[in-house]
Amino acid sequence: MNIITIKNITKVYKVGTEEVHALRGVSLSIDKNEYVAIMGPSGSGKSTLMNMLGCLDTPTSGLYLFKGISVSEMTDNQLANIRNKEIGFVFQTFNLLARYDAIHNVELPLIYAGVPKDERRERAKRALIDVGLGDRMNHKPNELSGGQRQRVAIARALVTNPSIILADEPTGNLDSKTGEEIMNLFQEIHNKGNTIILVTHEEYIAEHAARIIRLRDGHIEKDEIIKPQKTSQQVIS
Amino acid sequence: MRIFLFELNEGLVIALRAIASNKVRSLLTMLGIFIGVAVVITMSTAIKGIDNSFQSGISSLGTDVLYVDKWAWFTNEEWWKMRNRKNITMEEYYKFKELVRLPVAVAPVTNTIQTVKYNERRVENVFVNGSTADYIKTTNFTFAQGRFYSEIESNAARQVAVIGSEVAKKLFPNVNPIDRTIKIGGVNYKVVGVLAEQGSFILGPWNPDNQVYVPIETIFKNFFNRSFKTITINVRANGPAMLDETKFEVEGVMRKVRGLAYNQENDFSINQQEGLEQTYKSIVGVIQIAGLFITGLSLFVGAIGIMNIMFVSVKERTKEIGLRKAIGAKKRTILTQFLLESSVICMVGGIAGLIAAIIMSLLINQFIPTSIQIDSVLIGISVSLITGLVSGFAPAYTAAKMDAVEALRYE
Ligand SMILES: Nc1ncnc2c1ncn2[C@@H]1O[C@H](COP(=O)(O)OP(=O)(O)OP(=O)(O)O)[C@@H](O)[C@H]1O
Ligand SMILES: [Mg+2]
Repeated sequence: MNIITIKNITKVYKVGTEEVHALRGVSLSIDKNEYVAIMGPSGSGKSTLMNMLGCLDTPTSGLYLFKGISVSEMTDNQLANIRNKEIGFVFQTFNLLARYDAIHNVELPLIYAGVPKDERRERAKRALIDVGLGDRMNHKPNELSGGQRQRVAIARALVTNPSIILADEPTGNLDSKTGEEIMNLFQEIHNKGNTIILVTHEEYIAEHAARIIRLRDGHIEKDEIIKPQKTSQQVIS
Repeated sequence: MRIFLFELNEGLVIALRAIASNKVRSLLTMLGIFIGVAVVITMSTAIKGIDNSFQSGISSLGTDVLYVDKWAWFTNEEWWKMRNRKNITMEEYYKFKELVRLPVAVAPVTNTIQTVKYNERRVENVFVNGSTADYIKTTNFTFAQGRFYSEIESNAARQVAVIGSEVAKKLFPNVNPIDRTIKIGGVNYKVVGVLAEQGSFILGPWNPDNQVYVPIETIFKNFFNRSFKTITINVRANGPAMLDETKFEVEGVMRKVRGLAYNQENDFSINQQEGLEQTYKSIVGVIQIAGLFITGLSLFVGAIGIMNIMFVSVKERTKEIGLRKAIGAKKRTILTQFLLESSVICMVGGIAGLIAAIIMSLLINQFIPTSIQIDSVLIGISVSLITGLVSGFAPAYTAAKMDAVEALRYE
């Protein structure tokens, strides 16, 4: 099943009198349980595309269907709902709230989903245990290592059971060993049946994915499947 | 509704956390509102106290009393014109009393300022009023003890005195004043009555509580001769409704007593409390306007301060706002969160200001009998809430309409 379909998406930024074409007509579709890496040189439009896919930003032109529904016709509130329930963001800089401990950071999206407190606690706890931080629930971000912070952020992305995880350079601020650990976590998450799109500069990171999309100057340069898509059944057998 | 309450509750938790995480700044912000509210309420309480006192003073003097005097009390007429008027004499008073029909009571009044003593205790600069037994009918005085001097005592120029409550308190802290002998200007008097407290400190030396009342003939006997200075004739109308008619009669009779021709100006004045009330109101009006201005200003400064700090706080938390939006916070939610934050700050500041004002009014109560009015409490709380909402709105709105992507990129 198609979660995401985009057709001929463009994005133009106006900087003063100058126009920056960040995306110049990108089309692709992403199925349920795919694991996609987006690569490309700096400034090629990777982040712009991710923001678009994550309903954080709207395209200048083109069609975007999320689960078959056109995003461009959605109101701000509907977009916020999609971001809340369907999408899990993981950022390069973690973006945890410094004054909240791990469990409160993970709870955050559930507040906006209107989940009552006790259930929120329970789900946040489970998400933290799932990413291997069962013993760090009450630590504040500055009491955690980079890798642990990113795990908290991943738990926060997972806690709402989104349809898709979007990760923009999730290992960009981590050393390669910690990066590898995070990639193993993503692998696990993928194996449980989640759909993942991640942006990376590193080939060895991208090789974890089953499909690599290469961007250059706002175009898709190459879109290749590098290994057969796994399904959760295959992992178990 | 459920959703709204949920959001309100969660927003409040988030706001409290944000406030707690920046205590010094929050406290400084509260200070503006704290001062504003404390000033507003203390001010209005003080004015209320002054007003109460004035009203009770006015009513103890009687609102339907006319004062025929050489001088106009509340006027900008040239004083030298009045100075050249003839004194009002006791003879004129007797003639006047014969001729008037409408008043219920007429009494001649003179006064002298004396030191009043009882044993070693003394009160300086007391207004000693001299009049006749009818004087009491031209006032609304009530008695704590005893009685007013009688017509016989008055006509016979007896050494009797009625004392105001303050004088009584100072001279007789522990003993019953009735039948004690006090010295007024060195002469012995027997106390026959003590007035109940009239509670009109605002009238200062004119406050009946600070005065002593003796027969007018006794004053002429002991202090000065009857032609030494002008007397005032107090005239009480039969109720406020009769005041104008009585005033008209009083003017006619007084002109007749003075033998004025139709084309001659009055060489006396008829005063009434209305003048006092107007003067008072214009003074209180000025105080109120000044108070309003000061409090308005301090609240305005407070509001600007809050707006300023909220703007800084929004700016600082740009990235947080971006993150919250990315994980599903709606515009409305962000707006509510920041409005709650500024309202909570203002409410806390306002309530602290309220408490300060209550303490202040307890202090003021030592001097002016007053108490905090429930309406000023409500005004204080609602003013701080409104200030919070109004001054918080612009920053909150800025936060709410922030672009999520831009906000996340903010360093
Ligand atoms: N808000 C913006 N205003 C103006 N130009 C922008 C804005 N955001 C992105 N761009 C421009 O759009 C182009 C694509 O930017 P984008 O951030 O998508 O690149 P990227 O592929 O993520 O790069 P990197 O690997 O460095 O993160 C760049 O040329 C960038 O300068
Ligand atoms: Mg980027």
